[in-house]
Amino acid sequence: MTNVLPIDLDPAVIEQLGHELDEIYDATIASLGERDERYIRRLIRTQRTLALGSRVAMLAGAAVRRRGLLRRKVGATGRRAGTALLGLGTAGLGLAKILENMEIGHNVMHGQWDWMNDPEINSTIWEWDTVCSADHWKHGHNIVHHTWTNVLGKDRDIGYEILRTTSEKPWNPVYLAQPIYNTLLALMFEWGVGLHELDFDKLASGTKEQKAEQLELFQGFLRKAARQAAKDYVLWPSLAGPGFVDVVIADTVANLIRNIWSYTIIFCGHFPDGVHLFDRSVIEDETRAGWYLRQLLGSANITGGPRFHVLAGNLSHQIEHHLFPDMPSNRYQQVAPRIEALCVRYGLPYNAGPLRRQFGTTIRKIWRYALPGGTDTVSEAPALRVA
Amino acid sequence: MSLMSTARSRVADVVNLFATPLQASHYVELVNPLWSSHKLQARVEEVWDETADARTITLRPGRNWRRHRAGQHLRLGVPIGGRRFTRTYSISSSPERRDGCITVTVKVLDGGRMSGHLVRNLEVGTYLPIGLPQGDFVVPESTPVRPLFITAGSGLTPVMSMLRTWDIVGNMPDVAHIHYAPHRYDVIYGAELVELAARRPRYRYEAVLTREGGDGPSTARHFDRAQLDALCPDWMEREVWACGPQSLLAAVEQHFEAAGRSRFLHVERFRAALAEVPADAAGGRATFVIDGAPVSADADATTPLLRVAEDAGLNPEHGCRMGICHTCDIPLVAGRVRDLRTGDVIDEPGQLVQICISGAAGDCELALTAPAT
Repeated sequence: MTNVLPIDLDPAVIEQLGHELDEIYDATIASLGERDERYIRRLIRTQRTLALGSRVAMLAGAAVRRRGLLRRKVGATGRRAGTALLGLGTAGLGLAKILENMEIGHNVMHGQWDWMNDPEINSTIWEWDTVCSADHWKHGHNIVHHTWTNVLGKDRDIGYEILRTTSEKPWNPVYLAQPIYNTLLALMFEWGVGLHELDFDKLASGTKEQKAEQLELFQGFLRKAARQAAKDYVLWPSLAGPGFVDVVIADTVANLIRNIWSYTIIFCGHFPDGVHLFDRSVIEDETRAGWYLRQLLGSANITGGPRFHVLAGNLSHQIEHHLFPDMPSNRYQQVAPRIEALCVRYGLPYNAGPLRRQFGTTIRKIWRYALPGGTDTVSEAPALRVA
Repeated sequence: MSLMSTARSRVADVVNLFATPLQASHYVELVNPLWSSHKLQARVEEVWDETADARTITLRPGRNWRRHRAGQHLRLGVPIGGRRFTRTYSISSSPERRDGCITVTVKVLDGGRMSGHLVRNLEVGTYLPIGLPQGDFVVPESTPVRPLFITAGSGLTPVMSMLRTWDIVGNMPDVAHIHYAPHRYDVIYGAELVELAARRPRYRYEAVLTREGGDGPSTARHFDRAQLDALCPDWMEREVWACGPQSLLAAVEQHFEAAGRSRFLHVERFRAALAEVPADAAGGRATFVIDGAPVSADADATTPLLRVAEDAGLNPEHGCRMGICHTCDIPLVAGRVRDLRTGDVIDEPGQLVQICISGAAGDCELALTAPAT
């Protein structure tokens, strides 16, 4: 049933839609200039300043709490001040990691800023602040997911290989536990993303070549993860001396904040109610316009203000991001109303809703499909924005 | 010494671990871009208009700058409209300059996007990416020479660095200098050259103003044998450094070859020879350089370069083959390619090319090196 689209468009009309989307893309790319450059440079500078400032605040907080700095007795007030400083540093570092991973790292690695011709801010050399190595991620995400978006059996991001999010996926008893391991995934999200490129079936029972390939991937993951873990859980804490544990906890919480937030935003991209899945037959002889249509029907937006969109790495504009993955993310807000208007004109659904709706239906889906059966709710695609 | 430097690099490794996946230098850059070690930048300290269309820019290079030799050039990057462009300019200041700054003099070229921006819009306080000094248009440091300089327009700049150095150090050799410019007011550093010739008798300065003094076409006052004999009778005994436009260099080269003195001639060209684009927008010869080894293939205007490379037996990294994923991006070295989606021509060396949706627009060369891991 999944290859049936909710709309009945003539192929010529679909091509016309594709042409209009091309025009929006071309006009936007042609208008890129100094303001966009200033945006990304300022954001990177702000993010790095915030990250460093937060680390220093953490160390100062830990020192005040442990009397390490002034060698004086610290009263209850001092300890409270130290804890507050530690908490401030934790929140700041969590925010810095969110900005780095989402609005900066993810988008730079998509090639959104390659047009600047900057030797540093470009998709071929950017490495981000997570345990996932950039090379692995670019293959799994940019090539597999963005090319085969929501095609069953092709897109490994449908349920991330471990969750059952559609009735098309055969049920087995392991899925009964999926509400639990889904929660674990949220907490450990960067590790999940880091290991996502690995195929454990191939590692265990693949051909000799496949095993070697998987082993190399795994070693690459370990190298990156070891550096990241050493930084957050050994090096920076060791600067705090007696406050070592304080900083370990602070860094752990900062990573948790980033994990939960990025999980929440990313799961709202393709899992909320109304998002369509596709059968492999759809991609046979698929045209550029057909690809556009699949991206449009297979993605969901989260509504919110400008600051929310930056914190979400503009993945709250998942539809625009999937239509134009290499368009600088600061332009999605500007393009979105035009895409929505286009959808209305062609009678296509534009799946946008507030975080509570998109995340709520995602979680409901994960709980529902833990049990056998279930009916996919593709037909409920809202044609207009859900207020 | 080597123990010290090994120890220092070990310390740097550990410090960098604190900044992983970046380097400590990325955070140092926040405080002062000139202190960073992962890239080289320069701050614009001063701009000075030499003539109506030429401006001298004083740059303070970052900490890891290497002192240049008089006559060398550097790469200068400037973002215009958010995009970075890179050009090469000769350094006109002496390496002996006390304040550690360097100067370049930029003349507006017809249709020159970069030179126009540098001369008209550049502001003091801007940080520009630069490259280390390069080039072998230099005077030997140890052996005494009797140089003859033949320069025109902004071709004066590398020679200026040499003259200033000898002036500062006080060891001016026996120099003959012939400089071409349309009018007196077009001569950059004009007053400085006249003053230098008055102060240093061993420096002889001859300005040839091609559009002044007399009737007839300006070409009548271009470089030729008779003029050289008149201005510098002992040219047969001199070693020659020439820098200027293509037409001048061609005439000079021809003359010294005829005189059998080619090996005493050094020339500096300002523009790399670019591939010609056929008028009918046909393809060309595509060259892919892998770790220094070039592989060439004929490419027509409509076949994606990725396909051309594959047909030539190469296997470039790629992904979607439809211009989405940017896995196949590789930098352009020289020549022109066309984005098959937009029809836009890319001819900016260093610019990343999505080869899965780009075709040749004339001869082109691309750097197909495996990305660093």
